[in-house]
Amino acid sequence: MGATGGLTLVFGLPLAAALFFFALSAYERRMGLTTGLGFFQRNGLAVGLYLVLAVGFWVFFVIVLPQLSMVDMSFRPKLPPAQMGGPKDVFTLENYRYFLFGSTTSTSSWNWIHLKAFALTIGVSIAITLFNFALCYPIAFHMAQSSGAARLRILLLLLIIPYWVNEILRAFAFRVLLSSGGIINKLLLGSGLIVEPIDFLGADIGLYMGLSYAYLLMMVFPLYSAIESLDKNQIEAARDLGAPWWHIHLNVVMPHAKPGIASGCTLVFMLCAGALAAPLVLAGPRTLWFTPIVYDRFYQAFNWPQGAAYAFILLISCVVFVLAVLKLFRLSLGEITR
Amino acid sequence: MTSGPLQRILFAVYIVVFFLYLLGPLAVMGISAFNTPQYPQVWPIEGFTLDWFSQLFADQDMMYGLRTSLWIGVLVVCISVPIGLAGAIVMTQIQPRVRSAYYLVVVSPVLTPGIIIGISTVVFWREFTTLTGTRFLYDGIILTVIGQSSFISAYCMLIILARLQRFDQAQQEAALDLGATYPQVFRHILLPFLQPALFSAAILAFLSSFENYNTTTFAILSDKTLTTVLAGRVRQGSTPVISALAVIIVVVTVVGAIAYELWKRRADAAAGRRLRAAQMAEENELAGTAEPAAA
Repeated sequence: MGATGGLTLVFGLPLAAALFFFALSAYERRMGLTTGLGFFQRNGLAVGLYLVLAVGFWVFFVIVLPQLSMVDMSFRPKLPPAQMGGPKDVFTLENYRYFLFGSTTSTSSWNWIHLKAFALTIGVSIAITLFNFALCYPIAFHMAQSSGAARLRILLLLLIIPYWVNEILRAFAFRVLLSSGGIINKLLLGSGLIVEPIDFLGADIGLYMGLSYAYLLMMVFPLYSAIESLDKNQIEAARDLGAPWWHIHLNVVMPHAKPGIASGCTLVFMLCAGALAAPLVLAGPRTLWFTPIVYDRFYQAFNWPQGAAYAFILLISCVVFVLAVLKLFRLSLGEITR
Repeated sequence: MTSGPLQRILFAVYIVVFFLYLLGPLAVMGISAFNTPQYPQVWPIEGFTLDWFSQLFADQDMMYGLRTSLWIGVLVVCISVPIGLAGAIVMTQIQPRVRSAYYLVVVSPVLTPGIIIGISTVVFWREFTTLTGTRFLYDGIILTVIGQSSFISAYCMLIILARLQRFDQAQQEAALDLGATYPQVFRHILLPFLQPALFSAAILAFLSSFENYNTTTFAILSDKTLTTVLAGRVRQGSTPVISALAVIIVVVTVVGAIAYELWKRRADAAAGRRLRAAQMAEENELAGTAEPAAA
C-alpha cells in the first residue's frame, strides 16, 4: 500500500467511527429508542455549533489524527522528501526490526544498547513508583485524616511550592546538591565519613533521586484526595475492635484509597518513563535512558520514522502498564482520572 | 496513628525528612543564587551578590524565551479553557453508551508521555500542512500551542466537569420556562455558575503551559521558549544564573499561591453568605412572616 493509502487510513478510520456513532444515534432517535430533546434543540444553534466545533477540533485534530499519523509514520521507511508517496513509500517493519536487532551491518545479534536502555527505563520507573508510594503514603494519610485545618493549609502550601518549579530546574537543583563539590559531598567529607567525593551523578544516584523527587507530588495529591474521603469513624471502629495499625491500613484505608493509589502510580510511572529533562541533566555519561534515544532519532539521526516507531513502543508500554494497574486493582479508567 | 510516644517521634522524624527532601534541594539552589563563586556553591558563603540576577535579565536568549513562553501560555489558556468547557458539557449530554469511548479518547492525553504528544503533533501537522498547502501554519509556536492544548484541555475539562456535575438542571428549565433563549441560558446561568471552575482551569492551564518541557521541546521546532533555552544552558554547564531564575520562579509561585488561597477563601465566604441568605429567605417564606426576598 502506498502513502496515500496510509493517509486515507489516518483520516478514514476516525471519520468512519464518528459517522457510525452519528448514524447510530440518528437511527435510535427515528425508532424512538431515545427520548428527550435533540442535541441542537437542547443547546440552541450557536452554543451547539460551538460545542461540536470545539470538541471536534480537539478530538480529531489535536488528539486522534496526530497519534494515528505517528503510528502510520512508524511503519514507513526513511525517504528523502522527493520520494515520499512514491513507489518506495511502502509499509515496512524495518523501524521495529531496528529496535530489536540493530542495523543490518552490525555484527551483534540483538540491539543491546537500545534494548538495555528500554529495560532500564521501565524497570527503574517501576522501582521509583513503588518508592514514591512508600514515601508519600504516610504524609498523605496524615494530611487527610489527622491534621487540623490550619496545619493542613500550611502543609499544602509547602507541597505546592516545588510543584510549579519546572522539571529542568528541579533536576538542576539535584546537580548542585550532588556534584562532587556539592554540599552533600562537603558534609560527608567534613564529617570524615568518606575521604574522596562520591560521584553521585556518574553512578546515576542523582538521576534516580531527581526522578523520584520530580514526581513526588503526583503521588501525594491523588493519595491525599482518596484518603480524605474516608470516614474517620471507620478507622475508629477498626481500632476499637482491636485491629493493629498495619491491619487498619491494609484492610480499611488502602481498599478505600484504591483509585487514588492506582492513579498516583500510573501518573508517576508514566511521567518517569517519559521523562526527558532529568535524564538530560542528571544521567551519567554511560547511562542511556530511553527518551533521549527517541529524541536523538529525530534531531540527531533525522530518522523520523524510526523515532516514531520508538515513541510508539514507549506509548504501548505505558498503555500496558496502565491496563495492568487497572486489572490489578480491579478499577475502571474513569475511577482513576478523577 | 498517634498511639505511643515512640511512634510519634518516628512520625515527626519522617515529616522532617520528607520536607527536607522536598524543599532542601530548592533551598540549596536558592542560596547558591546569592553566593559569589562562578560554580553554584552553597558553602562556604564567599560573599553576597545580586550579579547573577542582573546577568539573568541581561541574557537575550532567556528574555526572548520568556516572552515566547508567556505568549504560548496565554494562547493555550484561550484555546484550552473553551475546549475544556465544551468537552465537559458534551460529557454530560452524550449518550451513556458512547460516553466511555469518548471519555477514553479525551482523557488519553493526560496518560500519554509528553514527548509522544510533541512528536505526534509535529508529524501530523507537517504532513497536513504540506498536503493542504498551508505550510505557514507549520510554525513552532502554533504547534506548541496545539500540542500542549491536547492534555491541558483535558485538565480543564476535568476541573470544569467536577463543578458541572453539581449543576442543578432545574435552574436551566426554570429559565427556559420563563422565556429565556438557549444562548441566554448559557450566557446568564451556566457560565456564571461555572465561573470559579473556569478561573481555576485558566490558572492551571497557564502554569502547566509555562513549565512544560517534554511536549514543547519537540513541537517548538527551531523557535525557543524559556524551558528549552534553560535546558540548553543547563547542559552547557552549571551557573548561578540558573539558580537565580529558580529563585524568581519560587517567589512568584509562593506569592501566587497565597493570593489564590486568599481569593478562594473570599469566594467561599461569599458563596456561604449567599447560601445562608437564600435559606433564610426560604424559611421566612415558608413561615409566611415576610415577603420572599429577591434573589
